[in-house]
Amino acid sequence: MKERMKRAKRMDRFMTAVFYAVAVFFMVLLAAFAGKVIIGGLMGAKPEMFGFERQGTLGNQLFNTIYLVLAALVCSVPVGVFAGIYLAVYAKQGPLTKFLRICIETLSSLPSIVVGLFGYLVFLVFLGMGKSLLAGALSVSILTLPLLTTTTEDAIRGLPEGYFQASLGLGATKWQSVFHVLLPACVPRIMTGVILAAGRGFGEAAALLYTTGSGSTLRWGNWDITSPTSPLNLLRPAETLSTQIWNLQINGQDPALANLAAAVLMLLVLVFNIAANIWSRRIEAKDSGEKA
Amino acid sequence: MIEKKKQGMFRKEYAWRGITVFFGLFVIALTIIIGAFLVYKGSDTFLKFGHSIWEFLGSAEWDPVDSEEGGGSVGALIFITGSLAVCGLALLVATPFSLGSAIFMTQISEKFGGKFYRPVVEIFAGIPSVVYGWTGLTVLVPAIKTVFHRQVGHSVLAAGLVLAVMIFPTITSVSADALTAVPDECRNAAYGLGSTRWQTIWRVVVPAAAPGIITGVILGLARAFGEALAVAMVIGQTTALPSGLFSTTKTLTTEIAAQMGNAMEGGELKSALWTMALLLFLISLLFITLIHQISGRSEKEKGGE
Amino acid sequence: MKKKMLAAFLAVFMVTGLLAGCGGQSSDNGNSSAAAETGSADSDTGSQSGETKDLSGTITAAGSSALKPLVDDAANAFGEEYPDVAITADAGGSGEGLKQVAEGTDDIGNSDVEAREKLDADQPDKLVDHQVCVITMAPIVNNDVKEGGVTDLTKDQLISIFTGQTTNWKDVGGPDEDIVLVTRPTSSGTRATFEKYALDGNEEASNASMETDDSGVLLQNVKDTKGSIGYVALSYLVGDPGVSTVAIDGVEPTLENTYSGDYPVWTYEHMYTNGEPNEVCDAFIKYIMSDQYGAKMESLGYGVSSKMTVTEH
Repeated sequence: MKERMKRAKRMDRFMTAVFYAVAVFFMVLLAAFAGKVIIGGLMGAKPEMFGFERQGTLGNQLFNTIYLVLAALVCSVPVGVFAGIYLAVYAKQGPLTKFLRICIETLSSLPSIVVGLFGYLVFLVFLGMGKSLLAGALSVSILTLPLLTTTTEDAIRGLPEGYFQASLGLGATKWQSVFHVLLPACVPRIMTGVILAAGRGFGEAAALLYTTGSGSTLRWGNWDITSPTSPLNLLRPAETLSTQIWNLQINGQDPALANLAAAVLMLLVLVFNIAANIWSRRIEAKDSGEKA
Repeated sequence: MIEKKKQGMFRKEYAWRGITVFFGLFVIALTIIIGAFLVYKGSDTFLKFGHSIWEFLGSAEWDPVDSEEGGGSVGALIFITGSLAVCGLALLVATPFSLGSAIFMTQISEKFGGKFYRPVVEIFAGIPSVVYGWTGLTVLVPAIKTVFHRQVGHSVLAAGLVLAVMIFPTITSVSADALTAVPDECRNAAYGLGSTRWQTIWRVVVPAAAPGIITGVILGLARAFGEALAVAMVIGQTTALPSGLFSTTKTLTTEIAAQMGNAMEGGELKSALWTMALLLFLISLLFITLIHQISGRSEKEKGGE
Repeated sequence: MKKKMLAAFLAVFMVTGLLAGCGGQSSDNGNSSAAAETGSADSDTGSQSGETKDLSGTITAAGSSALKPLVDDAANAFGEEYPDVAITADAGGSGEGLKQVAEGTDDIGNSDVEAREKLDADQPDKLVDHQVCVITMAPIVNNDVKEGGVTDLTKDQLISIFTGQTTNWKDVGGPDEDIVLVTRPTSSGTRATFEKYALDGNEEASNASMETDDSGVLLQNVKDTKGSIGYVALSYLVGDPGVSTVAIDGVEPTLENTYSGDYPVWTYEHMYTNGEPNEVCDAFIKYIMSDQYGAKMESLGYGVSSKMTVTEH
């Protein structure tokens, strides 16, 4: 018995060390990677690259990236979250629902080029939108929907059964239970889904190639929303940072700018993640405050 | 008054249910539409150009003609093998590390893990695949060349490693969420019975979080299957079956991405590429179903105990 | 509080949906009215000179990645003269470019090959071809191959190398080193041109070569891999690419040799429009083909069509 306890303790210490090793290893790997991309990008940067010109700068692309990802999230988050609620709460459990859920998960494995061509067919050819930021945002939404739906559904299912039952038992309707009990409790997990989804949007290139185009002509100060050079126009072509990186890479001509764009993109993702984390934590804190 | 309020409550209930159902059905419809789109585009290979499914799946003879006449051969075995090899390798490398990291950040060092490690990991989900690919090409490929003394560093190994790093954030953050969601009672009960931390983690927490972890693995696998640009840069696309870790080959996605833009609309090559996209969808479907079956069974067993 | 937020969220979503619904129309209207306006403005004020600077509208071009750098540069220069014209140039492949211009989703389709090679029966008839420039493909090798003594290959040697018959550099007078073939996908226009004019139509050995999706990555691969050989357009070789070009039958791959007809591996680059180009596109294409821009074009590594002394290979 004692021997067994000793062995268990030794095992425990050993595994703790293993986990620390794994964590440290990946920290180092990620740090090296980030360091290489960010430092490498900033080292080769020239100050004029931060301007808002048509070529040789990345200001417009930075703006386009943020604008496009926000537009995509505005479209996909409500749809994804509601669809997740539907699957977790309302859908009848059966082989059909199960099959559909599997289909949705499979959808996220499609190469983005296929989604891009699908988006091209639907938004450009059928709806006649033209190459535009909106068409790109909607295509990115398609890419991120499965992810959002799956994480929302999982988050709700991951809650203890008691939450829902107790709420129903107190006389709340299903929707009230979902909205006031289940949803607030899984905000942090849904937030993870949103961060991952935004990440896909930030990094997407192939799907945007056929839907958004690589336009980067913007005239700042032109706020007429119908003008093709207005920054706010949703129906203008828009080159994002990742399409810019891709375009520069295939030309192989301005590696310094491509590296800088990669570094800026990484910093952008960093800022976005930190903001999203703070926000979800604040909601969490407020909720636990309400409960107490 | 109360009656009215009640009525309003019910109306609201129905309205919200309606919205939820609508969006649920919307996502489902979208899935079906995309599936149908792939079937429609991909069936030409068999219907219009008269190739057999067995030729497509079982032959390594890949030489479709880029024109409407057809008459080439469309064996996609090379790409199927390549995809399976690369994704399998990536999953094999990434899963243990991801699970380890997830356990570390939720069970062992919660403070450091949650505040610092986790955000860092999540950032890596947002890096464009081009950057992964380019870094792989300029760092990993030369490294493989020097370490293994080879003339060419492009290989299945390089592609697998790049993919492993790419899917690591997805698996880690989704598993970490699942681990966090395990109620503290479970943990406390295990500790109360005298378990060590490792025993608690391995025997109680991980099994309880298994469905969530599996979702993470699935999402990771899905991302790996669909990835094209990064893999294309480091796999050294050669139309030949892989013979080992160091051989160059092609995957379904790299071939689709490489040829789709140039191929002639309605030609044999383009149809064959769409069929490959359809096949990709079906393979992922198969895998995901399989994983669900396995996890479903283990859950049932647990329920039976 | 939360309800409000959600309501706001939904409202935004609905509005976006609405926009999406109407989007098609409004953008179409915008385009056509802009074109109509500029058109009528021109006919009204035909007597006044210098009014063309008022051109406004969007041009979207897509297709060949080999042509994209040129279109980008030209768009930049063009944009300085006509600030209200927004030009978008996408890569994506010649096939996609031709398809998109034929379907009317793009104004210009860039292509390495002629439209009838990539489109269905009667689609090419609608398209108008503009041969904007000449592009020359050069075989490139890793610098160690050149240092090993390979600076010139005969066509037969090239064919033998690319079809996988010669597998060591020592057989063609180079170092004792395996030959690594770095090529482009079978549907690539660059590959088609190279196979047709440098390899006399012989097919490259797909099962022994590494294919790369684009010339930028191909360049990187040849630079990094000892004993490698590939091919790119001259436009990728301006500046210091870190690789060496190889002469074919003693003729160096340069623009001058292309103009004189001595160097065989070249092709016209095409910009297709659906019907006669509208005013904005017309001005842009004319601008690219103008003598004024020609000098700039050569500095980017593209050949000026009008300087060709031979028109056939």
